[in-house]
Amino acid sequence: MRIPPKYTQMFAVTLLAGATLVTLAVLLFIIVFVLQKGLPVMSVKFLFTNPQEMGRAGGIFPTLVGSVLLPLLAILIAMPLGIGTAVYLTEYTRETWVTKVIRFGTDCLAGIPSIIFGLFGFIFFVVMLGMGWSLMSGGLTLAIMILPTIIRTSEEAIRAVPHSFREVSFSLGATRWETVMKVVLPNALPGIVTGLMLGIGRCISETAAVIFTAGSSLRLPQSGFDSVRTMAVHFYILAREGLSNENAYGTAAVLIIAVLLTNLVAYWLMHRFIARRTK
Amino acid sequence: MSDAKITVRKLSVFFGQVQSLRWVTMDVPRNRILGIIGPSGSGKTTFLRTLNRLNDLFPNTHIEGEVLLDGQDIHHPGFDVVALRKRIGMVFALPVPLPMSIFDNIVYGPRLSGVKGRDRLNELVERSLKAAFLWDEVKDRLQTSGLRLSGGQQQRLCLARTLAMEPEVILLDEPCSGLDPISTAKIEEALTVLKAKYTIVLVTNNTKQAARVADDTAFFLMGEMIEYGPTPQIFTVPHDKRTNDYVTGRFG
Amino acid sequence: MKFNREKGVERLLLLVALSAIASLALIAVFILKEGIPFMLKVGPGNFLLSSDWQPDAGKFGIYPMIVASLWVTLGAMLIGAPLGVAGAIFLNEFVPRSVMRIIKPTIELLAGIPSVVFGFIGVVVLAPLIRSHLGGPGLSVLAGSVVLGIMVLPTVISISTDAISAVPNTYREGALALGATRWQAVHMVVLKAARSGIVASIILAMGRAVGETMAVIMVAGNAVKVPHSALDSVRTLTANIALEMGYATGMHRQALFATGVVLLVVIMILNSIATAAVRRPIGGKGNTKK
Repeated sequence: MRIPPKYTQMFAVTLLAGATLVTLAVLLFIIVFVLQKGLPVMSVKFLFTNPQEMGRAGGIFPTLVGSVLLPLLAILIAMPLGIGTAVYLTEYTRETWVTKVIRFGTDCLAGIPSIIFGLFGFIFFVVMLGMGWSLMSGGLTLAIMILPTIIRTSEEAIRAVPHSFREVSFSLGATRWETVMKVVLPNALPGIVTGLMLGIGRCISETAAVIFTAGSSLRLPQSGFDSVRTMAVHFYILAREGLSNENAYGTAAVLIIAVLLTNLVAYWLMHRFIARRTK
Repeated sequence: MSDAKITVRKLSVFFGQVQSLRWVTMDVPRNRILGIIGPSGSGKTTFLRTLNRLNDLFPNTHIEGEVLLDGQDIHHPGFDVVALRKRIGMVFALPVPLPMSIFDNIVYGPRLSGVKGRDRLNELVERSLKAAFLWDEVKDRLQTSGLRLSGGQQQRLCLARTLAMEPEVILLDEPCSGLDPISTAKIEEALTVLKAKYTIVLVTNNTKQAARVADDTAFFLMGEMIEYGPTPQIFTVPHDKRTNDYVTGRFG
Repeated sequence: MKFNREKGVERLLLLVALSAIASLALIAVFILKEGIPFMLKVGPGNFLLSSDWQPDAGKFGIYPMIVASLWVTLGAMLIGAPLGVAGAIFLNEFVPRSVMRIIKPTIELLAGIPSVVFGFIGVVVLAPLIRSHLGGPGLSVLAGSVVLGIMVLPTVISISTDAISAVPNTYREGALALGATRWQAVHMVVLKAARSGIVASIILAMGRAVGETMAVIMVAGNAVKVPHSALDSVRTLTANIALEMGYATGMHRQALFATGVVLLVVIMILNSIATAAVRRPIGGKGNTKK
């Protein structure tokens, strides 16, 4: 006897809904769990005092600084490279073998796991170029890591600018560079910034690539060649060495909030971008 | 010869292998409105865009023949294309205000050419908007976004923007195609006044518009320029049968 | 004069655009430079198939790590793939647009959670559960697979959703017009059309799982031995690199780079398969439109 399709559908949809709910539940559980245990620890004092006894007590201030400076440096390096690449690919060439090579490079780079970036950053920046474990080594490594993201989102944003805008600009006697700087990029800006925010989010969460390039010093950096510890690294050390579960939760809470905030800003910008264009 | 602002000799335009214009030969007379009519796909827009070399933006295009502006070959290697586009302005079919204020839209081109100074720019904006018959409607809100204007206003904004460059030639590609009759009338009125100072080429799908506004008319069909002459003659006693069929509405 | 400046700008941008491929080349060169000579010296067979990992005694067999990575990754996909694809189908086909527009970004937002946090939750919540209900140390293949499976969910959902929503509505409408229920339309028509994209999403997720480091270090146990059950403690390739990189020197360090080479090769293969899967629809239905 065949089961009527109506019932197979009900069964199937229930299964699917269940799967989706499980996914959402698990992911939400993680956030709630961490925030529940970590928010009580998070206080102004926690954020702005230095750690004591290697992190068993005290706050996380230097790691906060590290988590701000390192992504900032990475973005400062990756931004011109990434946006410039996107501009070149969209405005200055047709699809030739050169562009294919560039895209291939970008796609491969996107697939490389962070531990390999850690290895590379270590052997190239830390050892061979002699920069040691430092902001610079970490920033350069992270910049390469987020480069594909910046290129992809920037390219998409630039392509979304209507061709008619460019035509109008040209018909008024603008050069290609003037058109890019005065019409295309300003219009693509929300989309580009979305990409930058996603890149920053990745840098904040990153651990493997950071430990082996920026080190884990708890001292406030005095120069670009000093080692820094980011919150992600600090959290890892606290958790693995079992130094202080309480502080670990606190650090994790800050981390999650930071990442959620950057992603939220990115999405809000993207929606504004889409809304503005479809008006 | 000196009456022609632009001279076109045996112009053919190729997009890759496809030949969109076939050996077009004609003159664009100074200070008159030249209307270009013909069914879709006849090459009118391609012709127009060749005059300000906007077709260069597409890959794989090349031309044969020559286009002379005041006697100079505009496709001569080394010819300054950017300067060309300042002398020949263009208004597109769909109004495309740049996403900026009305004021910024108008001064976009002049600023790039180096025009500076609050007063000069203000005067330029007022002059251009008046010539496009838009000044009275927007003079109190020059800082609002160009996107907020109605379709007809936006198109007049685009006209004003082109005029602000103080070009010698104005090309218009079906400028009234999306507009209501009142806006259309305003633009046609503007063109009639402007021809005293400018040479105007108007591509239009609407034969009646050409009959109203153009001094001379050229009929294009399938990439060829079939006939060219004074507007009254084209519309009453055309020499070519195909022209006659088109203007009487037998096909379109 | 402006023309020369334009040419200059174009050249500069070309240089900038080559930065991505230049970085890739650098990475490839340096990882290979440190890893390949080692592999040749020790012999690839020895390196890849020996279970003897004692760097101090000059023994560098990474076979246990390879098996560990394999088990943990496959386990992760067993969990992540069905849940992810099911979620993608449900969100795309059976949920109103408005709800989808909230849920999808939420899931992607959650993808931003740092891997170390996932690992930590695994240690604090999951491992004790495994230990008390199933036995073993808790920090195990199972723990690693579950944590990784959850971590790849956003990837699977995101890419599968793209594949499913790319199926033209006409396919669905056609099926419905023939009297199919929604579910029938989905599994008989839409899924077949989206199949290559969904498969690609799973393979890409696999690549991510293989490359994951921090979470597995925290929950998989890190014992260097070939696992015999899912409750055994294992050390993946990535964990091996991360744990020993801090103090490795000389040949030991080169061995870790060689491990990196192995990792890279595996991931590159996976990614190529995924890209190829998307380009040529399964079933030979390839469209040859140029």
